[in-house]
Amino acid sequence: MSSPITQPDARGHWGPYGGRFVPETLVAPLDELTDAYQSAQGDESFHRELEYLLSTYAGRPTSLSFAERLTAHAGGAKIYLKREDLLHTGAHKINNTLGQALLARRMNKRRIIAETGAGQHGVATATVCALFGLDCIVYMGSEDMRRQSLNVFRMELLGAEVRAVDAGSRTLKDAINEALRDWVTNVKDTYYLLGSALGPHPYPVMVRDFQSVIGRETRRQILDREGRLPDALVACVGGGSNSIGMFHPFLADESVKMIGVEAGGRSHKLGEHAARFNTDGGGRPGVLQGTMSYVLQDDNGQVATTHSISAGLDYPSIGPEHAFLHDLNRVVYMDVGDRKAMDAFQLLAKLEGIIPALESAHAVSHGMEVACNMSTDQIVIVNLSGRGDKDVNTAREYLEENS
Amino acid sequence: MGRIEDAFAQLRRAGKKGFIPFITAGDPDLQTTEKLLIELAQAHSTVIELGVPFSDPMADGPVIQRSSERALNQNVSLQAVIDVAARARTKIQTPIILFSYFNPLLQFGLKRLATTAKEAGVDGILVTDLTPEEAVDFETELRRNELDMIFLTAPTSTDARLKLIAERASGFIYAVSRAGVTGEQASVSEEAEKLVSRVRQFSSLPVAVGFGVSTREQVVDVQRYADAVVVGSAIVSQIERTAAVAAVPGSVREFVRGLINE
Repeated sequence: MSSPITQPDARGHWGPYGGRFVPETLVAPLDELTDAYQSAQGDESFHRELEYLLSTYAGRPTSLSFAERLTAHAGGAKIYLKREDLLHTGAHKINNTLGQALLARRMNKRRIIAETGAGQHGVATATVCALFGLDCIVYMGSEDMRRQSLNVFRMELLGAEVRAVDAGSRTLKDAINEALRDWVTNVKDTYYLLGSALGPHPYPVMVRDFQSVIGRETRRQILDREGRLPDALVACVGGGSNSIGMFHPFLADESVKMIGVEAGGRSHKLGEHAARFNTDGGGRPGVLQGTMSYVLQDDNGQVATTHSISAGLDYPSIGPEHAFLHDLNRVVYMDVGDRKAMDAFQLLAKLEGIIPALESAHAVSHGMEVACNMSTDQIVIVNLSGRGDKDVNTAREYLEENS
Repeated sequence: MGRIEDAFAQLRRAGKKGFIPFITAGDPDLQTTEKLLIELAQAHSTVIELGVPFSDPMADGPVIQRSSERALNQNVSLQAVIDVAARARTKIQTPIILFSYFNPLLQFGLKRLATTAKEAGVDGILVTDLTPEEAVDFETELRRNELDMIFLTAPTSTDARLKLIAERASGFIYAVSRAGVTGEQASVSEEAEKLVSRVRQFSSLPVAVGFGVSTREQVVDVQRYADAVVVGSAIVSQIERTAAVAAVPGSVREFVRGLINE
């Protein structure tokens, strides 16, 4: 079920947010993409093929696990984990890359480009390109390549070319700039497979739709299991694709609280976090990379550098639908810093035998806090967006430095 | 009549084609930018594009990215860019347009920008990542202050879009020579000439061609079919290559002379 309050207008605006802030060269290709997506949406065979791949290749539906020991530890509401970490390639990203790769094939685009932060979207893109026999180029900030060297190697094994981006902060934001430059140059034969609910229309709505399978499944599973809806949903928010995918199918359910968890990084000082809704920390509405949303920036409108221990949350803007839901107060946003995320990372490993992605560890940390302030007959669902194998080096370095 | 309209009308009367240089404000520093504006006016520029530095120049190639970085390393703000235009305006009559990404303008405040820019003697604004669809409020502010809104057209623009842009543009129309980011190219794409003739079906405004023009031969070729030619990265490269800051104005003067050979 979709909520009418968060359907954007025909040009991709949710209230003042979203839209298309791009050079003229990209407008016609974005129109072409919008048309192709709309036609695919209305085509039963497209949905059948996507569902087939999601179930036989990606591993859907994913489990909804009751986290018994974590629940006991938090001492409040029941905590369930939506196990997107169990998907092929280890994160929710493949929900979107399968959908968009099918779309690229419909559009006869053989050359796929993508950006990646933590490397999860890059790996998921390289994977579907291998599956469909498409050329794949992934742009990645050189700082992220250092932090996620294992994922770089995985993408190369999958046949992708990983191009290092040395500009700016050398992270996700700069990788997106470079992918946009590639797209504007090679627009005729190239499909830009954007990995989050960000960027110019139609990406935010399209990525949300492909990720909404998370929330639809979760809704069905919890109704089967508990016979009722959850009291709260918790998900981490970088660009915001796993969270909007989890939240969107529940938006019309007024009893369900939703909490998006941003990266609090080291401190609330501008440059040391990635909490876009922290208005004391430099977050306010602005335009970055094709869309109007909250942006971390200085007084002159220059985009700030960000910090998070998790590369996937280390981005100065956020998907425009989140900005809208924030202003509506439908979703509450708060942030969890590096230290607490790292605590949750270890705790989930020890209590549940699950090593979460550092991104997801932010949601686990806050999920426990939410649960502990609720009664034992209530239900909290945390979206475990990815697994933490890629993060073990980062975790080891952090623990050695901070022991 | 605005300064831009006037400049193109004069060209037409003289049977000449125009030259539009681009520089980034604050590269290598603001004092030099002021001197460069005067040099470029004396070199018979039709219009001067003054770039507002931005942290995320997604439509620019490496040369203008580096130039933007050099300016931002000195914390050049939009106010400082407008101030340098105002100082130059006391000495030159050449039209000046601000060339910017949208976010710095938005944060400055669109109403405040329109009035401040007008007072400073700026003549128009071109926003790389703002298409007519998203420009409605901004356009209203600019019109109220009699500033021109310059829009980009591209080889990928459909006829319907060219029509829309023609209806909304003033001053002149900027034709992007090829799909791509800013930067020098071995040759200017043939798409440019086609685009210019397509634009002319919808608008009687002057058409300027830019992106990838860096040599005298290319300038002459573009001036054959367009009303003016824009040169950006090649001039910015010349600034970058000139080691001593004091030598920059002279070096750009020589370079531009070689390009247009007045």
